[in-house]
Amino acid sequence: MGVAVRLSSISKRFGTFAANSNISLSIEEGSIHALVGENGAGKSTLTKIIYGMLQPSEGEVCIEGKPVKFTSPREAINAGIGMVHQHFMLIPTLSVAENIMLGNEHASLFQRLPLKEIKALIHRHALEFGLAVDPEAMVESLSVGEQQRVEILKLLFRNASIMIFDEPTAVLTPSEIEHLFATLRTLRDTGKTIILITHKLDEVLAVADTISVMRKGEIAGTMPANSITKPELAQMMVGRSVLLRVTNPPPNPGNTVLDIKSLDFCTPQGERKLHNLTFKVKAGEIYGIAGVEGNGQSEFLQALYGLAPAGTSLTGEATLKGETLIGKKPAEITLMGVSLTPENRLRHAVILDYSVSGNIMFGRHREQSFHRGIGFDNDVLNRYTRQMIADYDIKCGSPESQPLSSLSGGNQQKIVLARELSRPDISLLILAQPTRGVDIGAIETIHNKIIEARDKGIAILLISSELEEIIALSTRIGSIYKGAIVREFTDKEVAIKKNSEYEFKKEIGLHIT
Amino acid sequence: MMHRKTAQFLIPVLSILSALLVSTVIIIIAGRDPVMIFQKMLQATLGSRYGTGQVLFRMTTLILVGLAVALPFQVRLFNIGAEGQLQMGAFAAAMTGAMLPASLPSLSAISLCVVAAMGAGACWAMLAGVLKVRFGVNEVISTIMLNFIAQGITGYLLTYHFALPSTVHTSPVIDAAIIPSFSSLTGLFAKSPANFSTLLSPCVALLFWVILFKSRFGFEMRATGLQPEAARYGGINAGMHTLTAMGIGGAAAGLGAANILLGYKHYYEAGMTGGIGFTGIAVALLAGAHPLWIMLSALFFALLEYGGLTVNAYIPKDIFMMIEAITILLVISFSAVGKRLQQ
Repeated sequence: MGVAVRLSSISKRFGTFAANSNISLSIEEGSIHALVGENGAGKSTLTKIIYGMLQPSEGEVCIEGKPVKFTSPREAINAGIGMVHQHFMLIPTLSVAENIMLGNEHASLFQRLPLKEIKALIHRHALEFGLAVDPEAMVESLSVGEQQRVEILKLLFRNASIMIFDEPTAVLTPSEIEHLFATLRTLRDTGKTIILITHKLDEVLAVADTISVMRKGEIAGTMPANSITKPELAQMMVGRSVLLRVTNPPPNPGNTVLDIKSLDFCTPQGERKLHNLTFKVKAGEIYGIAGVEGNGQSEFLQALYGLAPAGTSLTGEATLKGETLIGKKPAEITLMGVSLTPENRLRHAVILDYSVSGNIMFGRHREQSFHRGIGFDNDVLNRYTRQMIADYDIKCGSPESQPLSSLSGGNQQKIVLARELSRPDISLLILAQPTRGVDIGAIETIHNKIIEARDKGIAILLISSELEEIIALSTRIGSIYKGAIVREFTDKEVAIKKNSEYEFKKEIGLHIT
Repeated sequence: MMHRKTAQFLIPVLSILSALLVSTVIIIIAGRDPVMIFQKMLQATLGSRYGTGQVLFRMTTLILVGLAVALPFQVRLFNIGAEGQLQMGAFAAAMTGAMLPASLPSLSAISLCVVAAMGAGACWAMLAGVLKVRFGVNEVISTIMLNFIAQGITGYLLTYHFALPSTVHTSPVIDAAIIPSFSSLTGLFAKSPANFSTLLSPCVALLFWVILFKSRFGFEMRATGLQPEAARYGGINAGMHTLTAMGIGGAAAGLGAANILLGYKHYYEAGMTGGIGFTGIAVALLAGAHPLWIMLSALFFALLEYGGLTVNAYIPKDIFMMIEAITILLVISFSAVGKRLQQ
């Protein structure tokens, strides 16, 4: 087998920051090659260079033995490289067949589109690679897994021989992930080269042939997947040994804090997102909501935090220590002792142009302790910022003047968590995907802080699509599916089933799909 | 972030220099000696006491209308309506000033007229804010429309009700309501319209800077402008900030009207604002909507506006309107280029 992609001494600098430095790598034709690493390790930069979205500052890229200098993805596509982005590049109001053809219509301006050929092609690939999808269906009506199949079909239609997948499993259900892996293996067996970017170690070990670990913009090592174990991989990624599991002492739950009774959420468009949602969260416990994204979690948070869009019909009850939350404004709900860490933190929880210390108090800027005169007490704020930076190991040079946008993604995430986990006088902590986009080293810190908050008697609502995280932290677990808790595991059940994590994951997986 | 700070300073300077270069070329094409023209301009403005007074007078109004555009701009609202707010403010000040009893002490008369001007400007601007918050009407469209309506209202009231017979202006305000000019009290700036409002305008700019960058109110306000959704999650009432930003902006425009009306004209006259509200947009853009830089930016535009008038005999003053416009186009283009370079 030849070498599909050869990178020789690739470096990429943004200003003084080196995102990639001196990377040399050979990717074998007809193999699944995984690139793993923490956030900010330089995986995305490297793939963007291969895909022609970025040009390297130094070094050479060879595709199938020929040196290339792509100036745009269009040239990379012509050279047989395709990419499935984390966020799909599909047009929701066009059909599957139309989306596949888009940009590559095989027809001149006034000619009829070759729809028949496309359908035949989809049919053929459906059999060969397990990419079944209805060519006539509108993309907006497809599930996430099906949309991903459309993206793969697009690459096949363009005869891509090298396929890059950026975090392809982030939005998939466990069964869809299995399906995708089967497809990837078949694609490999027909001679396609697959480059897989991910930070989920289990998946890498399950599907990849070769693994390259990236750390701080460099390749920390490349090895066959069957020669390495998960702890070894984790250690290579962070450069030190980490606990993959948090020590979770038995909880001591108290009275009910959050009480949700038959909550229904109907969007202004008439879509019903929550169906009779009912559950309770007690003081001093972590209630985990397990589920695939898009099953009403976002809508539930909107309803709970007074952020439901105008025209939404909300029925049912949501009370905090007996006081209703429905109809209140976010500022009032915060005053009642509720903290929310939204899932899309860069969009909803920070102001990217504000300084790091400005963000450390954003949303908490109404707290008296930060005030002086008509403005803020900079001494108090700076002291507090320094403490958070030390506690959460946030890497940043000058927190008073540096804008948040100049920090790496993982550090931005940590600032939000530091801020929300250290809010004074809270009785309910809502954490949506608290460790998404955070590196392994920080996950450990954050999990410990969550347990710490629980032991202080705070009620914690944990919403996560990472089952491992839910199982490791939760006292009780509710499986959410299509806007309802379909199965709740009691504290006793969780305590027992936790011991056989693999079986438990499978059982929860059955309820959320 | 050293890069960003230098860019913020460099872009306006480069824009001004390039605009001056372009205008030099135009003056040469028009067959005049650019050195002579610029020399005459400098002599007639900063080189003379009267000219300096004229520049200061214009600068005062421009600082205030510049602020009227800049504050909403920080909340990502583009206030094109400073001109209308200026007209409403001027008319309200003229009406109040003419109707007050002549025996009123000066301080209360001036205060009442200024409050009337600021109130009228603020209400007119907040109308656009209400339309935005309540019905989602884009403020660019509504403020442009409100400019026409302000023009219509003041024009109608003037022509049919309040103009003195066979003139196009109202009766003058009472003497007590006049803001004294520098020349009347100190003899400075020989008979130019520069008046004591000039001392007030930097204070207003400073106040706006404190509000925006040093107060909790400004912290919330700027957050609303930068990331409206995050502001909502942070418990910030975005609608309230839209209304207050427009209101405070309109009040600043009203204050600018007081400078012209109470400090110079002393009555309302058709067309007296002469588009200075639109120049305010240019002032704010050149200064990057920063309240302190607006003072320099206003000085630059005041120099061009009055300087253009003084050399009108040699070269049409329209050339200097072109410089203004070219500067702004360059600022916008250079900022876009700068952003791309930073990526």
